[in-house]
Amino acid sequence: MQAVAFYILALVSVAAAFLVITAKNPVHSVLYLITVFFSAAGLFVLLGAEFLAMLLVVVYVGAVAVLFLFVVMMLDVDFAQFREGFARYLPLGGVVGAVLLTEIILVAMTVAHTGAAAKNALPMASAPGVSNTEAIGQVLYTDYFYLFQASGLVLLVAMIGAIVLTLRHRPGVRRQNIAKQVARTPKTGMTIVQIKPGEGVSE
Amino acid sequence: MTIGLAHYLTVAAILFTIGVFGIFVNRKNVIIIMMSIELILLAVNINLVAFSAFLHDVVGQIYAMFVLTVAAAEAAVGLAILVTYFRNRGDIAVDGASMMKG
Repeated sequence: MQAVAFYILALVSVAAAFLVITAKNPVHSVLYLITVFFSAAGLFVLLGAEFLAMLLVVVYVGAVAVLFLFVVMMLDVDFAQFREGFARYLPLGGVVGAVLLTEIILVAMTVAHTGAAAKNALPMASAPGVSNTEAIGQVLYTDYFYLFQASGLVLLVAMIGAIVLTLRHRPGVRRQNIAKQVARTPKTGMTIVQIKPGEGVSE
Repeated sequence: MTIGLAHYLTVAAILFTIGVFGIFVNRKNVIIIMMSIELILLAVNINLVAFSAFLHDVVGQIYAMFVLTVAAAEAAVGLAILVTYFRNRGDIAVDGASMMKG
């Protein structure tokens, strides 16, 4: 049962990942990316990492992928022009990809069969009474507390950076100036004009 | 049939390679390049979580969480740069990015 689930999720994620880079329409690419993230979350559940699976769904699908979708739809670009280099770089990319894949799989097989992880045939079963989330929290908020704070700082810097980059002051936009409004007195706000009978007001 | 560490590492390796391959073949499209980077980081995360599970050590998942954080920050800043670039240039062709220097 687990094997069936693994193979389905693995096949879906690999196929969707391939479609991400080959789809003609970037909106489709983003949707395939969401599929990859969902199936990766499924793989995480199979590995017993439920908290990270939910984090993947919330952070990637809920925030990053939606951000991508937003930007792709906002930028009014003719994406067909980017396709022209595809065939030209296909052989080089294919060769580099094949070499890389062979190398990584060779190393992974060696590590998986002879490394320290080889003695455990099954993924970590959650200890009785301690959920995966609890186990992560017990380590994260003690041993890795400073790193946890630092990652929060990274997010803060990224947020401020994104705001600063995209903020723009358009000239000619009327904005409320509260100090100016409060400083306004009858003296500056109105003038008393003596109107002679029979004449209009000039201004 | 049991699913071992090698299976997960293979899936991660394939995803990583697809990400690198995507950067190669979509050299002109910044958005697809950024999605390829997300794929690469996801492959790294799968590796980390798989090792964490099979070594029976939860620290790998914490490291994966930090990678996730950096990936989210990178996506936000990268897309912000892309939006600014598009606003200034009117397109997102990477070839013209050298005009940004100095």
